Amino acid sequence: MTNTTLINDATVPLLDIRDLTVEFATRRGTVQAVRNINISLAKGETLGIVGESGSGKSVTSYAVMRILDRAGRIAEGSVMFSGVDLRAMPESQMRDLRGREMSMIFQSPRLALNPIRKVGHQIEDVLMQHAQAGNDAVSEKAIEVLDQVRIARPRERYHAYPFELSGGMCQRVVIALALACRPQLLIADEPTTGLDVTTQKAVMDLVVELTRERGMSTILITHDLGLAAAYCNKVVVMEKGNVVETARSETIFRSPAHAYTRKLMRATPRPGISLRDLLPEDEAARAALIAETPVVVGEPPLLVVDKLVKEYARKDLATTMSKLFGKKPAVVPDAFRAVDGISFSIARGESVGLVGESGCGKSTTSMMVMRLIDKTSGSITFGGEDIGEIPARNFATLPQRKRIQMVFQDPTDSLNPRFTAARAIADPLLQLGGIGRGEVRSRCEELATQVGLPLDLLDRFPHQLSGGQKARVGIARAIALKPDLIILDEPTAALDVSVQAVVLNLLQDLKDSLGMSYLFVSHDLNVVRLLCDRVIVMRAGQIVEQGPTQRVMDAPEASYTRDLLSAIPHPPI
Amino acid sequence: MTETSMPMATAAPVQPKTPSNSIFKHARYVVAENPVTGLAFGLFLLIVLCAVFGPYIVPYDPLATDTTATLQPPSLTHWFGTDQLGRDIFSRVVVATRLDLVIAVSSVALVFVMGGFAGIAAGFFGGWTDRVVSRLADTIMAFPLFVLAMGIVAALGNTVTNIVIATAIINFPLYVRVARAEANVRREAGFVQAARLSGNGDFRILLLHILPNIMPIMMVQISLTMGYAILNAAGLSFIGLGVKPPTPEWGIMVAEGAANIISGEWWIALFPGAALMIAVFCFNLLGDGLRDLVDPQRRT
Repeated sequence: MTNTTLINDATVPLLDIRDLTVEFATRRGTVQAVRNINISLAKGETLGIVGESGSGKSVTSYAVMRILDRAGRIAEGSVMFSGVDLRAMPESQMRDLRGREMSMIFQSPRLALNPIRKVGHQIEDVLMQHAQAGNDAVSEKAIEVLDQVRIARPRERYHAYPFELSGGMCQRVVIALALACRPQLLIADEPTTGLDVTTQKAVMDLVVELTRERGMSTILITHDLGLAAAYCNKVVVMEKGNVVETARSETIFRSPAHAYTRKLMRATPRPGISLRDLLPEDEAARAALIAETPVVVGEPPLLVVDKLVKEYARKDLATTMSKLFGKKPAVVPDAFRAVDGISFSIARGESVGLVGESGCGKSTTSMMVMRLIDKTSGSITFGGEDIGEIPARNFATLPQRKRIQMVFQDPTDSLNPRFTAARAIADPLLQLGGIGRGEVRSRCEELATQVGLPLDLLDRFPHQLSGGQKARVGIARAIALKPDLIILDEPTAALDVSVQAVVLNLLQDLKDSLGMSYLFVSHDLNVVRLLCDRVIVMRAGQIVEQGPTQRVMDAPEASYTRDLLSAIPHPPI
Repeated sequence: MTETSMPMATAAPVQPKTPSNSIFKHARYVVAENPVTGLAFGLFLLIVLCAVFGPYIVPYDPLATDTTATLQPPSLTHWFGTDQLGRDIFSRVVVATRLDLVIAVSSVALVFVMGGFAGIAAGFFGGWTDRVVSRLADTIMAFPLFVLAMGIVAALGNTVTNIVIATAIINFPLYVRVARAEANVRREAGFVQAARLSGNGDFRILLLHILPNIMPIMMVQISLTMGYAILNAAGLSFIGLGVKPPTPEWGIMVAEGAANIISGEWWIALFPGAALMIAVFCFNLLGDGLRDLVDPQRRT
């Protein structure tokens, strides 16, 4: 626009954040989310802001875009964009700047798109808003933009609604929206969280390629050091609202200067290290003293799954109509096979990794083994007994329930918001443990000690606990009944890397001291590598490959496994 | 990472040892953040006090007629004036609180139990339970609700019990729908699955895991329908169904006074009408405050 005078001079950094402090007014007074930070970004540069939750990395980007919520305000400092102070800019000009000069990609692509509007129209909205195209040419322009983000058949996809597209596709549309007006600055806030690793690679490659092509500057906000290292020129590490280190990405990984950076790097799972290496030095030495229990071989396996199948009936109009009128259904089969005849076994004391991308049937498999849903066919033999024949709805109150337990993916979602930590841990004890109310408290405290949960936290509600503490409560609940098999459904997916390191080690210790078997469901091969003896790779309901972890990771037989392994971003060390 | 490097985001230092104290503190916070809630709670307290102590504190017997003082305008002796039979309107308005409140509370309690449980079961089990409950609710919704209530009272007989039942029935669909939707969302929640793994049967899950979690939204519903129930009871009495004269009741009193407004005796209808309005207003405002109070997420 005419009224904003942006300096187009190579010596002026595109974005210059000086002494920025952001405050939030809360019930307990003002909290400084970001304290006196300095970040500068040159034209054409890609900057990674790395930090764990609560480090203030997202708040920084919101402050730059001036989209802080009502409780937040920029208390001090300046944000210069091409030599113009964004803090002093009136909201009307700011609105004009957003989308045209600077855009943002959000974490969840599905939430960032309007669910009831065609994606083509959503792109048109942005183009019209910033007068990038006239009424007649706008739809052509939108198709062109879709084509640029490598969406196949853009003319058809123009008419698609967000729910008709996959997660990776949606993120491409969001990128298309962000880049439609050719902004100078792109802020990507955890753009690939929740996407599969192969999709993550495709999306990140696209972002980097497009921004390089157009000479744009990019800020990548992520918790994943590997991702930042692989795609950024410069990395800023944040901790609790402070910038602790700024360096070029090659140097930061070779010689991290700050202790926090070292701790983060140490906690990031990567090939060629052991589980204990994730912990800070002093703790690792102590943990190494615990001996590992060997896998019991020779005995019959604890769990044998044979030709397990789960089908879901298709419920679309065509099949309903054909049912109503007694017509033969069209070529599509009646049922969708989420799990398609898989067989595997788990020995006593063994931990087996079940790996695959979203929709591959790994969760369905674990739910069936868990006896939370019924199978379609096949058998699940647990400890010599075919538990697959017992209907899932009756299983809850049977004695077998004690022997198979689960740790859920989302520690927040899996705790009843109205139960205190102690009540949550006590629940299985009271229902199946057969111990009186008097002893429950002492047993809870014993379990809390076992999982490293401070006893004074036992009377708190889930929302008063941190993510790692909630994960511990979930683990304590799962081991309360001393089960033989625990299914771990991505137990660390929602946790920061440093917390993940501790939780993974805790799981290993518990397995060794209690002699349990694990079925570890995950999409993260690096984590599986650390914890599991054997790996099963699943794709589209079928097992692609299974074998000892070392062998599968180092010399994968299936090409799909190779694709998965190569898609993981690695820090350059 | 150690426990010390894992501070809580909000840094709640010490958990208060006495729960009553913490609830009081929390209530004070809720009221301070939204003064309207304070007003609503104040009005509610006044209504409850009137309901409990009304008959003992009023200056006149609400049923005593006085032919020497009919249709007196408001004065120091009769604050709200007197009606056609010389009864003190202030005393009658205050005494009527108890009856109106009892009708509202018992009908809401009844519908909460019936509709709440039917709705949770429908949302949780789905299938046939859902079909039966939802169609029943739809059927009730298909009638003009006040006319349905009239029909029920007329058919069952003109008693307080039947007003309670009729009011409960017409509110049934509202409870079913809210409870069903809320239970349905939580059916697949992680903590429900975890409860199954802990050996809880369906019934325990409904009662201990799902019901407490939908209480905040049900509280709002209770508060809103409470006002609606008072209006409904008064409405039935106004048209001559339900409570019979000379029992003091806001609806009847408005009906009795309606004829006199044209001739200038406005106070006979105005004061019971105002009481009715304040009660309904209070319950509507109370909803938001109650939700804030019972929601554990708001307690830090």
